[in-house]
Amino acid sequence: MSKKNNILKHERESLARKSVTRVITYSFLTLWGIIVLFPFYWMLLTSLKGYGAYNAEYIPQMFTLAPTLENYILAFTSVPLADYFLNTLIFTVLTTAIMLIITVLAAFGFARLDFKGKNLAFTLLLALMMIPSELVIITNFVTITTMNLRNTFMGLILPSVASVFYIYLLKENFAQVPDELYYAAKADGTSDMKYLLKVMVPICRPTLVTITILKVIECWNSYVWPRLITDEEAYFLVSNGIQAIRESGFGRENIPAMMAAAFAISVPLIVLFLVFRNKIMEGVARGGTKG
Amino acid sequence: MDHKNAKGWLYLLPAFLFLGVFMVYPLVDVVIYSFEESFNFASQTYVGTGWYNYSYVLHDPYFLQALKNTFLLVIITVPVSTGLALLISVALNSIRPLRNLYQTVYFLPYVTNTLAVGLVFMILFKPTAYTDGMVNLLIRLFGGESVDFIDGPYWAKMFVLCFYTVWVVMPFKVLILTAALASVRKDFYDAARIDGTPKFRVFTKITLPMISPSLFYLIVTGFIGAFKAYSDAVALFGTDLNAAGMNTIVGYVYDMLYGNSGGYPSYASAAAILLFAIILTITCLNLIIRKRHVHYG
Repeated sequence: MSKKNNILKHERESLARKSVTRVITYSFLTLWGIIVLFPFYWMLLTSLKGYGAYNAEYIPQMFTLAPTLENYILAFTSVPLADYFLNTLIFTVLTTAIMLIITVLAAFGFARLDFKGKNLAFTLLLALMMIPSELVIITNFVTITTMNLRNTFMGLILPSVASVFYIYLLKENFAQVPDELYYAAKADGTSDMKYLLKVMVPICRPTLVTITILKVIECWNSYVWPRLITDEEAYFLVSNGIQAIRESGFGRENIPAMMAAAFAISVPLIVLFLVFRNKIMEGVARGGTKG
Repeated sequence: MDHKNAKGWLYLLPAFLFLGVFMVYPLVDVVIYSFEESFNFASQTYVGTGWYNYSYVLHDPYFLQALKNTFLLVIITVPVSTGLALLISVALNSIRPLRNLYQTVYFLPYVTNTLAVGLVFMILFKPTAYTDGMVNLLIRLFGGESVDFIDGPYWAKMFVLCFYTVWVVMPFKVLILTAALASVRKDFYDAARIDGTPKFRVFTKITLPMISPSLFYLIVTGFIGAFKAYSDAVALFGTDLNAAGMNTIVGYVYDMLYGNSGGYPSYASAAAILLFAIILTITCLNLIIRKRHVHYG
């Protein structure tokens, strides 16, 4: 009897210890969750506060009872935020589209075709993966400037359309497609280009989608190159726009309006992330290097 | 056969054209620039060749400040973010309910615009006309003194920069580590449980060795990323980082190239090559250490 009691007592203790651990674990995870989410909450909250109300606060208020959209109206009327959006959209779509064409062609060449010097070319490509963009940006700046492409979409787009890593990623995927398909297609008289578009691309669509999404995120957030190559507001992307708003802004320091602009430019990617959550996380795990 | 060769190269042509013009040529060119003395941007002429650009950069107080800031940032954020990411991933791995929700939330900073969110961090830390800002409110709640984190003392600015950097790099690290932890084979843990091995010992003897390749990958990429820090600092302190005393090496390179203090591609090139040399050295050191400590099973 006493032995049974002992076991029960032991079990109860270990159960108690387990639930204490669980409470600590969840509290810790929730705390980090709050640290991650709080800036977003603060951004949204501040953007909904009136200019007067915000500046009259003696203690920062954690919520607002009088939300207003005036900051969003101001952000889209008194600074050319809509233009920044349009520029970023054009830049993102064009860069991603050209990148995809170049990447698909090169990956196909490496994965499927046989020709002299292929292995050497591929080794060179892999070597390029180690080159940080900071090292080549100086000459690219000079090149684009001497080509008179400053403040043009061409100048913005050209240096970032060839991505070594995505070529590598897609080549690995293309190489997994069974050779028999290719020979069967060849026997039917299908051209290489047709085979690539009708067979390879559909089979490898998941990888192509991943590459596209990663490139879109990269384009939407790119800051350094656009900053170097554009100084006319008409060609600013959202990152440069938000920096311009911060530094010269709304004529006076209008933090709620700044937050409205910041929130507006963050929304598209947050939506993209929530829709393609698994694709993005899987893609980044395979090939992202931020951080 | 010739036709086949030509065709193969034709597929590679667009990629190699762009890579050649915007990557291979610049790579050679940046080295040349760094040795051309008194290069004139407008006339594309230079006076002589030698080590003068390097010597200039190494004696420039702005560069030394940037060097100090970058090294501090690296030394603080790499261990802190890697350790914290490990802690979070282990915690995430030990729970079932809500795990997906936590994972989604933690990944959010990865997709957001560094400049936009940096602006929020600045506002959270910055005193305004009537208030000392949100963070100072918290500090005072716990009985501390208000600090101006954005225009105040050096350590306070460094703290914000490190804090924001950790916040930004966390999603990637947590993602990689949770994936690594999830792939540790269950039978190892079962065996350890049957043997009654204490939890901490299981962690150091099974978990850590099994995830050490991922951990090392994160440390290497973490070092490289932190050495190249730039836009986080711009988001917090504005584009004139030299004035704020918070410039980074990459920031120094860009400032030399363009902007109010710009127009000196030679100095920029020398600084960029110095940065590359530092990164290469650290990465090699990392790889040597990895050979000794990382377990591949």
